[in-house]
Amino acid sequence: MAAIELSAIRKSFDRTDVLKGIDLKIEPGEFISLVGPSGCGKSTLLRIIAGLETQTSGQVRIDGEAVDGVRPSARNLAMVFQSYALYPHLTVFDNIAVPLRMRRLSAAQRLPLLGRLIPSRHRTERGIREDVERVAALLEISPLLSRKPGQLSGGQRQRVAVGRAIVRQPKAFLFDEPLSNLDAKLRVHMRAEIAQLHRRLKTTFVYVTHDQAEAMTMSGRIAVMIDGHLVQVGKPADVYDNPRDIRVAEFVGSPKINVLPGMVRADRGVEALGRPLELSAAAAAGACRICVRPERIELGGGPFAGTVTHLENMGAEAFVHVGCDGMVIPLVARIDDPRRLPEIGAPIGFGFAADAVRAFDASGKRIETTPRLRVIQPREPALV
Amino acid sequence: MSDMAIRIGAGDSPEQAAVGPRPRSHRAGTALTAQALVAPAAMLMLIILLGPLAGVLALSFTDYQLGAPSFSWIGLANYREMFADKVFWISLRNTLTYVVIVVPGSVALGLGIALLIQSGSSLRSWYRTIYFLPVMATLIAMAIVWEFMLHPQFGLINGLLRSFGMQGHSWLQDRNTALYSLCAIGIWQAVGFNMVLFLAGLVSIPKPLYDAAEIDGASGAWSRFRLVTWPMLGPVTAFVVVISSIRSFQVFDTVQVLTKGGPSKSSEVLIYTMYTEGFEFFRSGYGAALTVVFLVFVLALTLLKARLNRGVHYA
Repeated sequence: MAAIELSAIRKSFDRTDVLKGIDLKIEPGEFISLVGPSGCGKSTLLRIIAGLETQTSGQVRIDGEAVDGVRPSARNLAMVFQSYALYPHLTVFDNIAVPLRMRRLSAAQRLPLLGRLIPSRHRTERGIREDVERVAALLEISPLLSRKPGQLSGGQRQRVAVGRAIVRQPKAFLFDEPLSNLDAKLRVHMRAEIAQLHRRLKTTFVYVTHDQAEAMTMSGRIAVMIDGHLVQVGKPADVYDNPRDIRVAEFVGSPKINVLPGMVRADRGVEALGRPLELSAAAAAGACRICVRPERIELGGGPFAGTVTHLENMGAEAFVHVGCDGMVIPLVARIDDPRRLPEIGAPIGFGFAADAVRAFDASGKRIETTPRLRVIQPREPALV
Repeated sequence: MSDMAIRIGAGDSPEQAAVGPRPRSHRAGTALTAQALVAPAAMLMLIILLGPLAGVLALSFTDYQLGAPSFSWIGLANYREMFADKVFWISLRNTLTYVVIVVPGSVALGLGIALLIQSGSSLRSWYRTIYFLPVMATLIAMAIVWEFMLHPQFGLINGLLRSFGMQGHSWLQDRNTALYSLCAIGIWQAVGFNMVLFLAGLVSIPKPLYDAAEIDGASGAWSRFRLVTWPMLGPVTAFVVVISSIRSFQVFDTVQVLTKGGPSKSSEVLIYTMYTEGFEFFRSGYGAALTVVFLVFVLALTLLKARLNRGVHYA
């Protein structure tokens, strides 16, 4: 269990800045996800923590000690790779045993034939066998121990890779998109398993993913990275509810948050699609963007009008796409009860509560909004 | 190759549904079509590869001499003579010595150079070209260059030795060093080829494996080599060893140009004996018997490669 501290980490590859000054404090024992669109630098950051990549400037501290210049093997971290990186010529048992053999056996003891003659090797090997079997039992891969990775399914390889990581007690686990090679169903299953593993091991987990759903469902905190910047760090619900940047708002949540063109008027009043909202903004007058989550859109009535362009019925819920003037991308609204779907092509009215609005200025920064004097406004009748 | 042809000939399932409306003659018809399709390739193989081979085998049981109007079957007499001949045994021993020195030498050096080139960051293609030059050059021409370099009086090698205050040596004229000098040239020539094969193998090793090895505690270059590089190069190494062995068995050009098997048969090798018996003494029957022995060795190596490949894991 270790605290990992990153301060002012920068990384450039051939004059391309990949990381532009990352500061992050990872608490001991926490499960933190680094999440962001592909190419945002999250994997590079993880590799810098692991020591597989050297930062251009900045410092990495593990348990308060600077580890810059310390070899990956000496940092005592474990890592699970996207491709699993299992040694194809070794059996599952030997794959899991590699980190133990590397640490517990001397170079002489690891020699192919001569090593067996060294007396203490036998005892050490017995200890290794016990540890590998314990981990295999934990991950339910005991029957696979004598197989080669080529004979395993994707999910089984994934477990072996996790086994190789947890067999020694590392200070922290680093996961580099470990589920992206699995099919959708297995991915959901492994999500629960990894979260459970964290609860059991209580060690620091750093988890890199481009899938915001993975980050939201598994981790205690998520760190959203965009374009080499750490844009927001916080609890998943917090980041979802209170995005500080429009890029975060758009990245987190599926389907994507709705973005409506809006305005902050000179009197601080806010309008969306040309209609005034019951909000006042703490910002200068000018164009802004009004964001509302799909589940906060109320269909069937409200100040706005549009046309149903597409329906997505998921069984338990449904998404209604509404095209309206002034918007390029149709608005998406969630309906809890798919049995009462509107017709495609039908005109529909919609609205949203004032507290559902997240407003962002032209540069994408969040604008604080407060409900205007609570004038009780009678709900307009449905426009349908 | 031959068993592939058989498999294609016996193939039945995929085209069955499409071909032949009448189910009874259908299977026979498919087999016939398949055989007809295979026939041209099989015929070519028979004419170009198997035919001459059978010819050589038949010839080895005769006393045929090149240009002679007639010949007679003499059974195993050629083989009996060969196994009783001292020159044959010297030649076989020299060939095996050559193989035993050149194969490990060129494989180890080729791998070493490939690793060095791969780990370096600049001038990679330059080094690659330099080491590959001997492979591209005509060995006969290169052998003449070596003859000058190894010349006892004004050769470059002896010149260098003398400038370090050491005694020069008649490399190719001394029966104790002639074969080993040829080995050195053989290694020099084969290293580039092996290096290119190893480079291709190294490039195909997935990078994450090295990362995983590093994380797992393989901090030294040697332990990473043992854990990842060497096992992952398994198939390439098996291929390189067999190819080098076959090529070393076929050593001829340098012997012909530099030593002619001498001095006093100290560098006599199988193909050279074959050449002198068959084309200088025109004893084609005896030459064919030598060829058969040579083929047995090459065939054994090929079988060994097939066996090795089965045990090797392809990632």
